Amino acid sequence: METILQSLVSGIVIGSIYALVALGFVLIYKSTAVINFAQGELLLFGAFLCLTLVTALKIPFWIAFFATLIAAALLGLLLERLFLRPMIGEPIISIIMLTIGLASVLKGIIHIIWGSETKVYPEVFPTTPMQIGPILVSQVYIYSVVFAIICLILFNLFFRYSSAGIAMRAVANDQQAAQSMGISIKKIFGIAWAIASVVASIGGILIGNINGVNSSLSAFGLKVFPAVILGGLDSIPGAILGGLIIGVLEALSGIYLDPLFEGGTKEVVPFIILVIVLMIKPYGLFGTEEIEKV
Amino acid sequence: MAIKCGIFKTTYEDDMAIWQTKAAKFWLWLFIIALVAFPFVFQNSIYILYVANTILITVIATLGLNILTGFTGQISLGHGAFIGVGAYTSGYLLNTYPNMPFLLCLLIAGFLTAFVGMIFGIPSLRLKGLYLAIATLAAQVILEFVFIRWRSVTGGNQGLLVRPASFYRITFDSDFKFYFLALAFAILATLCAKNIVRTKPGRAFMAIRDRYISAEIIGVPLFRYKLLSFGISSFFAGITGSLWAHYIGIITPEHFNIMVSVQYLSMIIIGGLGSIYGSIMGATFMTLLPEVLRAISNLFADKLPMLVDLFGAIREGVFGLVIVLFLIFEPDGLAARWRTIKNYWKLWPFSY
Repeated sequence: METILQSLVSGIVIGSIYALVALGFVLIYKSTAVINFAQGELLLFGAFLCLTLVTALKIPFWIAFFATLIAAALLGLLLERLFLRPMIGEPIISIIMLTIGLASVLKGIIHIIWGSETKVYPEVFPTTPMQIGPILVSQVYIYSVVFAIICLILFNLFFRYSSAGIAMRAVANDQQAAQSMGISIKKIFGIAWAIASVVASIGGILIGNINGVNSSLSAFGLKVFPAVILGGLDSIPGAILGGLIIGVLEALSGIYLDPLFEGGTKEVVPFIILVIVLMIKPYGLFGTEEIEKV
Repeated sequence: MAIKCGIFKTTYEDDMAIWQTKAAKFWLWLFIIALVAFPFVFQNSIYILYVANTILITVIATLGLNILTGFTGQISLGHGAFIGVGAYTSGYLLNTYPNMPFLLCLLIAGFLTAFVGMIFGIPSLRLKGLYLAIATLAAQVILEFVFIRWRSVTGGNQGLLVRPASFYRITFDSDFKFYFLALAFAILATLCAKNIVRTKPGRAFMAIRDRYISAEIIGVPLFRYKLLSFGISSFFAGITGSLWAHYIGIITPEHFNIMVSVQYLSMIIIGGLGSIYGSIMGATFMTLLPEVLRAISNLFADKLPMLVDLFGAIREGVFGLVIVLFLIFEPDGLAARWRTIKNYWKLWPFSY
């Protein structure tokens, strides 16, 4: 029982990080209709940059954290301006391939700068585990979940009340109508990429504090797909819920299915769920259904 | 010898002809003769023959993917895994039944891969565009898991040793001998692909790509043709897989991971979507690119020894950069560039 609870907790933690990355993904999809395959590399960038600031330059963690977020936002703006802007109006396959190409470029650059070994964050959070009911939970986990939740709430408020957030929702809804109301679509596209890059970086820093950082972290970018498809591609609450569900299911499959298949089911179970969701409810839990007979 | 300098066609047959002019026919035959003569010239360089064989094998699957993505408009991120299905099928069959003729193994591999491809193509009935891309991504991940875990057939991560192909008394166990096998299949595949796209199924594919609702209205059964497209494309992938397995001799799941799928997509993008010649150019370009990079980095290796360590990263970065630059500056690929150059010379020096 305790092992199950324990892995449920870690599932929720990983799930909340999925939720963060998925949030960025949905944001870009919602406002620019671009499927971003480079989300995992953005995460990797944030994790490595913050790590370098903390370990090599000895900057206190929180300052490094916010500096990383600013850098991530700039990176997002830069990517949008240089690579995505010329692609407006191109077919889907070109845009998908463009983000795959971007992912490859980013991965190459990250590899050249930071190498391929796993690097570990210095201890930022207290190490003594906390007793919650019958189980012990390390404090990094708790901070991660709390942090993820704060981010998710902040972004929800941002979309609901700030004028930039409302403008982004307007663009997502109907580009032309938004444009005729005086909203600059280019600016919105830029903001969407900047925010996506920032949330991915937050996810990267959190997961880096838990597992250490190496280039295999970019696999998170692919794990986002089951989460967003389950939640609905264009729904922010869906992304959050989808991320959590996928995280928990992964943890459970680690307990129940791994003994049957000699491990490794964590990688494949989310994608099996993805196929099932696509077959029976392709627009996910909260996605907008575009009813269309194909 | 007449060179084409304008359109003088008077019948539909003329318009559909593969050889538009006698000159084109001549140059193509010359090209094929050059290809046949190629290994005799480079008989002593195993490396060059290896690269040539890789290109020839790659061309087949690229043609298949272009039929699916370029002509039918269905995105597939699972092509690498489909190649794997062909490779493991053929390798397993020849290992378990040593007396089985190689060609039979190859055909079974092709048809089984076509079958698997069609199963994963079923969602295309309901899904379009990026949803389909994600569904095929799932196919890739699931098949990769099967390759790693189904040890009794695939050998898992240790890999599967595959015996070389043989045909009557000839065993294709050297790069030199294998070249001719690969060349024969590459030419056959090109011929098949060219003829598929200019006959009824090909026209149906293009109709579906351009506007599927109109296609359905003029009487193209969408589901049947989408599945057919998945089947044909996976069949080509299976043939590539089988040839690759018997050429390389040992196959591991890493040969068929998501990067391979991405690489094939990049080949058709760089070559040109919806172009047979483009597929060949794209496959050649993308296979040569890492080899050229390797040559360059070896050239500077004594001055900058770190280049060797970072080669993997540089290759990955350049690979991505090439895709991005092509998409932004030449979205129709090498085939379009080639056409522009040809059109320029057609009327030269009076090109205005």
